[in-house]
Amino acid sequence: MALLEVKDLHVRFRTNDGEVRAVNGLSFSLEKGETLGLVGESGSGKSQAVLSILQLLADNGSFQGSIRFQGRELSTLDRKAMNRIRGNRIAMIFQDPMTALNGHLTVERQMTEVLEHHEGVKRREARRRAIEMLEAVQIPDAHKRIRRYPHEFSGGMRQRVMIAMALLCRPDLLIADEPTTALDVTVQAQILRLLRDLQQEFHMGILLITHDLGVVASLGDRVLVMYGGRTCEEAAVDELFRHPRHPYTRGLLGSVPRLDTPAGERLRAIPGNPPSLLALPPGCAFAPRCGERMAQCNEVQPAMREAAPGHGVACHLHGDGE
Amino acid sequence: MLRYSLKRLLGAIPTLLILLTLAFFMMRLAPGGPFDSEKSLPPEIQANLDRKYHLDEPLLQQYGRYLWDLLHGDFGPSFQYRDYTVNELIASGFPVSLRLGLASIAIALVVGVALGTLAALRQNRPADHGIMTLAMTGISIPNFVLAPLLILLFAVHLGWLPAGGWNGGQWRNLVLPVIALALPQVAYIARLMRGSMIEVLRGNAIRTARAKGLPERTVILRHALKPALLPVVSFLGPATAAVITGSVVIEQIFGIPGLGRHFVQGALNRDYTLVMGVVVFYGALIVLLNFVVDLLYAALDPRVRYR
Amino acid sequence: MTEEIRGRSLWQDALARLKRNRAAVTALVLLALIVLLVTAGPWLSPWSLDEIDWDHISTPPSLETRHWFGTDSVGRDLFVRTLHGGRMSLMVGLVATAVSLVIGIAWGATAGYLGGRVDGFMMRVVDILYAMPFMFFVILLMVFFGRDILLIFVAIGAINWLDMARIVRGQTLALKQREFVEAAVACGLTAPRIIARHIVPNLLGVVAVYVTLTIPQVILVESFLSFLGLGVQEPATSWGALVNEGAQEMESAPWSLLFPAGFLAATLFCFNFIGDGLRDALDPRDR
Repeated sequence: MALLEVKDLHVRFRTNDGEVRAVNGLSFSLEKGETLGLVGESGSGKSQAVLSILQLLADNGSFQGSIRFQGRELSTLDRKAMNRIRGNRIAMIFQDPMTALNGHLTVERQMTEVLEHHEGVKRREARRRAIEMLEAVQIPDAHKRIRRYPHEFSGGMRQRVMIAMALLCRPDLLIADEPTTALDVTVQAQILRLLRDLQQEFHMGILLITHDLGVVASLGDRVLVMYGGRTCEEAAVDELFRHPRHPYTRGLLGSVPRLDTPAGERLRAIPGNPPSLLALPPGCAFAPRCGERMAQCNEVQPAMREAAPGHGVACHLHGDGE
Repeated sequence: MLRYSLKRLLGAIPTLLILLTLAFFMMRLAPGGPFDSEKSLPPEIQANLDRKYHLDEPLLQQYGRYLWDLLHGDFGPSFQYRDYTVNELIASGFPVSLRLGLASIAIALVVGVALGTLAALRQNRPADHGIMTLAMTGISIPNFVLAPLLILLFAVHLGWLPAGGWNGGQWRNLVLPVIALALPQVAYIARLMRGSMIEVLRGNAIRTARAKGLPERTVILRHALKPALLPVVSFLGPATAAVITGSVVIEQIFGIPGLGRHFVQGALNRDYTLVMGVVVFYGALIVLLNFVVDLLYAALDPRVRYR
Repeated sequence: MTEEIRGRSLWQDALARLKRNRAAVTALVLLALIVLLVTAGPWLSPWSLDEIDWDHISTPPSLETRHWFGTDSVGRDLFVRTLHGGRMSLMVGLVATAVSLVIGIAWGATAGYLGGRVDGFMMRVVDILYAMPFMFFVILLMVFFGRDILLIFVAIGAINWLDMARIVRGQTLALKQREFVEAAVACGLTAPRIIARHIVPNLLGVVAVYVTLTIPQVILVESFLSFLGLGVQEPATSWGALVNEGAQEMESAPWSLLFPAGFLAATLFCFNFIGDGLRDALDPRDR
C-alpha cells in the first residue's frame, strides 16, 4: 500500500474573470521513506495540488479526485477529522518562514501548542520535547532561543524552526512547499541536507515542491514535472536527468546555466509564456511553445505512456517503450 | 522597551508645547477683552482689573507668566465664576466626564471588536452586510442628532430611562449618554476590526496554524486576534479624542455637569481662562493618552520593541 | 495560437466594480435627489425663508396649509427652512473641503518635492497636528473671532488637510523617483507624458475618495458648531442649527427635529457609502 496515492486530481478557482483551472488530472503515488519532487514553473499548479491534500485551499477554490493516505480517503473528510491528521500524520512546511510563522507568538508557544493539542501533553513536557526537536535541527542554545520571537532568528534558522515544528508529532508524510526558495544558496544546501538526514531518521515520505531542478537533484528519489496543471513526465531522478524525453523537460534542463558552458554563449530560455489557466488550449498545454510540435499536439491531449520502465511521458512524440 | 518609551515621551513634549502656545496666543490676540460683554466699566476700574489679571503687561511677559503658572498646575481664576478658580471647576467637572468617557470607550471597544470579528468570520454573508450597514448608520448619524432621538424614544415615549441629569452618576443616567457617545466609535471600530481580521485571516501565518491541525477557535483566538487588534489599538487615540469632543455636546443635551459643559458655557460667556484651561487640560490629556496607546501597541507587537 | 486574455485598464475595472456595488449606486441616486431638492425645492413652495405664518405656529405637516414639513415654534415654514439649511450645509461642505484639499495638496507636494530636511520637518508638523483636538480650537476661533462665514470655511477646512498632505507627499516622492529614471533613459518629451499617464490617474482616484469622505466630515463639524450656537448666523440657517431648534421642540413638535435630522443623516449616509464604494472600486485587492 502506497503512503500517498493521488488519482485524477482537479483543482478549480472561481474568480471574477472566470474559472481558473489550476490542476487538471494529476495522478501520482508516494511510498514510505521516498522523496517525490514536484517540479514546475509558477502557475504549473504544483502548490495548489498539495494544498488540496490537506484541504487548505483558499475559499474560492475547490477540488475533485481521489487522495488516499495510508489507504484512507482524505478528500471526503470533514474539518474535525482533517484536523486530526494535519500537523500530526501529515505535516506541511511553507516557502517563506517569516510570514508563515506567527510573529506575535514565541517559538515555544507555536511549538508546544502542537503537542498539547495532538498528544495531550502537558506544558512542561511539551517544552522539553520542543527543545529536543530544535536541537535535532541544529539550533544552538535551543533552551534559550525557544523563548524568542520569529523575527529574532535568521532566515535559515527560521526555516529550521518550521521544520522542527512540523516534525514534533513524527508525521508519516512531510509536504515541503518550496522550502528553500527564500533562502541563500549556501543555506539551501544545509536545509536540504538536514531534510535528508531527518527523513532517514524518521523514515517519512517527503513530497517536495520546487521550481528548482538543482533542489530535486539533491534531495529527490523520483521527479514529476508539471506544466499547465498536468503531468509531463515522471521518472527516477537519475533517469530523468540522463534521458529527458518531454520537450518541456529538455527545455528546463537545457536552460539551467552550467559552469562548463563556454563564455559568450547565450542562455537558452524556453520561448513564449506559460498558458493562461483561464483558457487552456484543447490539446497539449505546452504545444504553443514546443519546438517539436506536430499537428495533433494542438488538438489532442497526450496520454501518459511508459517510455521506459518507471519512466512515464505525456507527449505525442513518445509512445510506449519509446 | 524603556528606550522606546522614553523616545515616545520626548516626542510628546513639543506637541504639548505647541498646544499651549497656540491656545495662549489665540486667546490674547482675539479682538475684545474678557469683560466686553458686560456693561462698560469706568476707566479706573477697567485699569485695575487689567492690572489684576496682568492684561496690561507685554504679550511675551504674559506668555511667560502663563507657562510658569501652568507648570505649577495653576490654571488661573475663572473670569465668569468669580468665586471659583479654573482649577476648582476642572476638579469638579472632570471626574464626571471621566466616568462618562471611560464607560463609552470601554463599551465601544468591546462591542466594536465583537461585531467586527463576527462580520469578518461571516464575510459577505447576511450577518456581515447587516453589521456593516449598522456601522455605516452609526457613522452617519451625528451624536447630537442621535441623543435627542434617544431621549424622545426611551425617556419621553417609553419612560424607561431618565431624560437627563446626573444623580451622582447612577447607571440609569449613564445609559443614554453613553450610547450616544459610544455609537459612532462602535461603528468605526467594527469596520476597522473587520477589515483587519479579514486581512490577518488571509495571511500565511493563519494557513500554517490550520496546517498544524489546530481547531478553528484556537486559530482565531490565539493566532488571529492579537495581530488583528493592532489597528484598533492605534485607533484608541483618535477614538478617545472623539469621545472627549463629543462629550462637549452630549453633556449639554443631557444636562450633565461635566467638563464639556463647563467648556461650552465658558465659550459662550467668553470666560477666557476657563476655556483656555479646559483646552489645555484636555489637550494634555490627549497627548498623554496617545503616549499610553503607543506603549500599549508596543506591548502587543513584539516587532516594534526591538527597533 | 492561444487566445490572449483582454486586459482591462484601471478605470474600466474600477467603474465595473463600482457599478456592481448596489449600495453605492443607490446612495448616488439618493444624493442626486437630495441635491436636486435642495437646489430647486424652495421655488416650489409659496413660503420664504423667514416669513412668519401667524395662523400656523408649530403645526404638523399638512397638504392644505402648504406647509409640507410643518412649521416651527415661530411659525416659519419648515420645508423651505430645511432646504435652505441644506444649501448652506452642502455649500460649507464643498468649500471647506476645497480649502482642505488646497492646503493638503500644497503642503504635501512641497514636502515631497523638496525632500530631505524640509520634508522631515513638514511631516513632523503633520504628526504633531494629528494629535491635537482640532474641534476645540475651532470652537475657540468661533468664540473669539466672531461667527464670520468665511472664517467658518477656513477653520473647518483647516481641520482635515492632514490626510491629504500625507498622501500627496507619498505620491510626489514616488513621482520624483520615476521621473529621474525615465529621464535618464528617454528624452525630455516623455516627462509630461509620464505625469499624465501615471501620476495623475493615481492621484485622481485617491483625491476622489478623499473628497467624497471629507465632505460628510466637514458637514458634521459645521452641524456640530451650529448645534452649539456657534455656526452660521441668523437669518441664514443650516441643518445643524435646525436640529438644535428642533431638539428643543421635540416633545411638542417632533417633525421640526425629524426632518432636518433625517436630511442630515441621509446625506452623510450617502456620501459615506459612495466614498466607501469608490475606495473599494479603486483598491485592486478583493474585498
